[in-house]
Amino acid sequence: MNDDHHVILRVISKMLIPVIVMFAFYTQFHGDFGPGGGFQAGIIFAVGVILYALVFGVPSAMRAVPPVFTRALAAIGVLLYSGVGYWALLQGGNFLEYQALFHEPPGEHKGQHIGILLIELGVLFAVSGAMLTIFYAFAGRVAEIRDKDW
Amino acid sequence: MTGVLDGNIGIALVNILLLAVLFVVAIAIARLRNLFAIVMLSGIYSLVSATWYVVVDAVDVAFTEAAVGAGMSTIVLLGAMLLTSRTAKPDKKFARLGPLLVVVATGVMLIYATVDLPALGDPNSPVNAGVGMQYVQINWADTGIPNVVTSVLGSYRGFDTLGETAVVFLAGLSVALLLGFGERSLAESIRRGDKLPGRGKGSASQAKPEEDAS
Repeated sequence: MNDDHHVILRVISKMLIPVIVMFAFYTQFHGDFGPGGGFQAGIIFAVGVILYALVFGVPSAMRAVPPVFTRALAAIGVLLYSGVGYWALLQGGNFLEYQALFHEPPGEHKGQHIGILLIELGVLFAVSGAMLTIFYAFAGRVAEIRDKDW
Repeated sequence: MTGVLDGNIGIALVNILLLAVLFVVAIAIARLRNLFAIVMLSGIYSLVSATWYVVVDAVDVAFTEAAVGAGMSTIVLLGAMLLTSRTAKPDKKFARLGPLLVVVATGVMLIYATVDLPALGDPNSPVNAGVGMQYVQINWADTGIPNVVTSVLGSYRGFDTLGETAVVFLAGLSVALLLGFGERSLAESIRRGDKLPGRGKGSASQAKPEEDAS
């Protein structure tokens, strides 16, 4: 991947990667109002990093987003999701009962908003971490992807 | 069939066109032996089916299909392709006969089953009349979230989504357990001593002799 004829690809993807990551977060936080949510946002975020890895090589992507970080991120995501469930349990409700988070009567929605925000964040972490771990596991086995390998 | 023709003829034409493209791509995938072309065509298949989901008003499914099917699984298949050979083995003439029979039989049964399907968007169909309609009616009072899909996914069916998240996590975990964390390439480039691969002439000229030797 060190050949010079990828220069257009490099320039374009350098411009595109921030937009992709921004779009991932838009998808994440707009999920309450339109299509989107943690699953899609997690994939899009992972794809941003993967595009970097494809253009600039897997080792430099691993320096930017280390594998130890991605696998920890996946675990933290599941932990955050189930943590919201246990939070509701500790407040005296059922598992994942958002209404119980702040002891609200049925008309109020603060617990629902906070709860769904947190679990979507957990899904984002888990999905992007797991996808990047899978990508690194496959792509990291070959030392360097050369042009003729395609 | 009359329902489709009564409705918008343009939508029906778009449906037919997209499904025809899907059909052609599927046939091409089945006929080709070059794995790179097959992976790329499967990405195209996902993208076209995502477009078709938009036409039938399943925007969330389309979004997920475009992200997961066209983006992620194509890349993972490409990564898997790097670890194996580039072309599939040609299979024997008669070995194809069994799968063909299974596919034809399944297709006949599925087409027979579509006769009983309710029309697209029929308000009296079981999907829309039962619990689905109930969610649409009580969602706003219950959760205060405008998007019903999100509130069903996160609130009413939060337990299922926890299970799905755990499945994704376990998929990543099992791939890492089977294939390793992929840090071999990182270790390789650190051993070679290039600071930032892909930048500067030094790393390129260092990498060249190794390639020639191998």
